[in-house]
Amino acid sequence: MGVFKDAGHLFRFLAIFVFLFIAFWVIRGFVVPKSFGKYGHYRAASIDEIAAHPLHFAGHEACETCHVDVANVKKDGKHAHVNCEACHGALQKHAEDPASLTPTKPDTATLCVRCHEYSAARPKNFPQVHAAEHSTGLPCETCHQPHSPAMTSGGAK
Amino acid sequence: MSGVEGYMYPNEINLYWSVLIVLYPYITGLVAGAFILASLERVFNVTAVKPTYRLALLTALSFLIVAPLPLQFHLGHPERSPEMYFTPHSTSAMAMFGYVYLWYLMAVLTFEIWLDYRREIVLMSQKSKGLVRVIYKIMTLGSNNISERALHIDEKVSWIVTLVGIPSAFLLHGYVGFIFGSIKANPWWSSPLMPVVFIFSAMVSGIACVMVLYMAVTKLRGKTIDMKCVDTIAMYLFYTFIIDFSLEMLDLIHRIYEADESFRTLDFMVHTKLYFSQIVVQIIFGTLVPLLLLAITQLVKLPEIARKRMYAVAGALTLIGIFAMRWNVVIGGQLFSKSFLGYTTYKMSLVTKEGLLVAVGLTLLPLAILWVLVKLLPPWTDGHSAEGVAAD
Repeated sequence: MGVFKDAGHLFRFLAIFVFLFIAFWVIRGFVVPKSFGKYGHYRAASIDEIAAHPLHFAGHEACETCHVDVANVKKDGKHAHVNCEACHGALQKHAEDPASLTPTKPDTATLCVRCHEYSAARPKNFPQVHAAEHSTGLPCETCHQPHSPAMTSGGAK
Repeated sequence: MSGVEGYMYPNEINLYWSVLIVLYPYITGLVAGAFILASLERVFNVTAVKPTYRLALLTALSFLIVAPLPLQFHLGHPERSPEMYFTPHSTSAMAMFGYVYLWYLMAVLTFEIWLDYRREIVLMSQKSKGLVRVIYKIMTLGSNNISERALHIDEKVSWIVTLVGIPSAFLLHGYVGFIFGSIKANPWWSSPLMPVVFIFSAMVSGIACVMVLYMAVTKLRGKTIDMKCVDTIAMYLFYTFIIDFSLEMLDLIHRIYEADESFRTLDFMVHTKLYFSQIVVQIIFGTLVPLLLLAITQLVKLPEIARKRMYAVAGALTLIGIFAMRWNVVIGGQLFSKSFLGYTTYKMSLVTKEGLLVAVGLTLLPLAILWVLVKLLPPWTDGHSAEGVAAD
C-alpha cells in the first residue's frame, strides 16, 4: 500500500490525462456532425444539402427540346460537344418558363477569344488566333457561324 | 514576369509555403534536439551535462509550445485546425502528427518536467506568497508528498518517461522530414533519407541551441560556466554534426550519381538561386566552419577562454546553418518548375500574416516563454535553485 501512497501524485497527473481524454470525446461528440463517416470521410448530410441547392443550369437536352434547328446545325460541327450554357450562360429559369427570361445574345468579339486566343499553354492543334491581328475587333460571327464554326466557303477553320 | 525565368506552370509562380513553413521544422527540430541532449544525462548517464539537463527540458517545452503557431499563421482558416484531431484521416500525415505532438507535449515533456521539479514545486508552494503561491499550489496537483520514497519513485518513472521520450522525439522530427520526403512529385524533397537527415540536423540544432543558451544565460547571471559540461556538449555536437553532415553528403552523392531527369535543373538551381543560402550559408559557414572549430577544440588543448569563444561562434553558426538547411529544403523545393524548364523567385513579405516580422516574432516567442519558465522553475544547479529563490 505504501507504494500507492507514495505514488499518489502520479495518479493525480494521470487523472488530468483521463479528464482531458474524456473532455476531448465529449467535445468531439458535440462538434462532429452526426452523419459524418456514414458513407466516407465526409458529412453524409451534405449530399442532401447540396442536392437541395437551386438549379442554375438546365443542361443541353433541355435546350434542344425547343431549339431543334440550332441543335441540328451544332451536332455535325466542331462545337458539337460544347454545351449550350457554356456560351449562353446558366438558363434554368428560361428552361422552366421561357417567357420569364429572354437570354441576351453573347458578344462573339469577347466570347470566342476566351478559348481561341493564342496561349502557349493550349495544345498546338487547338484552333488559336491572335484576335487583335486576326479580326481587328470585329465580332467572330461576321465570318464564322458560332454553332458550327467552319466557314462554308472553304476558308479558315 | 519579374522573378520568373523559363517556363513555369501558372500554379508554380507563387510559393505557397513561406518562411513560416521554414520556421516550423526549425523550431520542431530544436525541441527534439534539446530533448535528446537532456536524455544524455538521464538515460545514458552522461553526468557532465547535468547543469544543462533542466535548461534543455525547459527549452524543449518553450519551443514545443510555439511549434504549431507558424502553421496556424499559415492557414487561411486556423479555426478549422482542430478538425484534424476530431476527424483524423489515416492517410493524413499531418493528422497523425497532431497526436504525436500532443503525446510529446503532455506525456513526455510536461510530465518529465513536472516529475523533475516536483520537490521544488512543493517547497515553493509552501514558501512563496500571493499569486505565485497559487500557481505553485496548482502545479503540485494537491500532493505535497516529497518523501524520499516518493521522490525515488519519481526518479524511476522519469527515467522511463525519458526512455519513451527518445523514440517520441525521433518520431516528432522524423515526421517533419517525412512530410517532405514523402512528396514523390517533388524531386528536391522526395528521398527516404529526408526523415533521417531531419532527425540528425534536429539533434545538431537542439544541442547547439542549449549550449549557446547555457553559456549566454550563465554569463548574464554572472556565474561561472561549467567548462566540463560545455566541453562534453561540444563533443557530442561535433560527433552528431559529423553524422548529420555525412548523411547530407550521402544524399548529395546519391543524387549526383543517380542523376535522374531532374538533376540538371536542381544542379542549376544550387549554382544560381540557392548558391548563397545553400553553398555559402548552409555548407560553408553553417557546417564546415563550425565543424572545423569544433574539431580544433577536440584536437588541440586550448585555453578556456578560447574554447568558450569557439563554442559560442560554432554554436551560433550551427543554428544559422540548420536554419539555412530548412530554408533550402522548403523554399528550394518550390523554386523550380515541374516541367524542369523554369525557375521562380521567393519574395518574402514584411508585415503580412506570413511575413518576416511574424517569423521574427515567432522565433523570439519561445525565448520569452523560456524566460517565464526559468523564473518559475529555475533550472540552475549552481546553488541558485528554486529553494534558493524561495529563501531569498
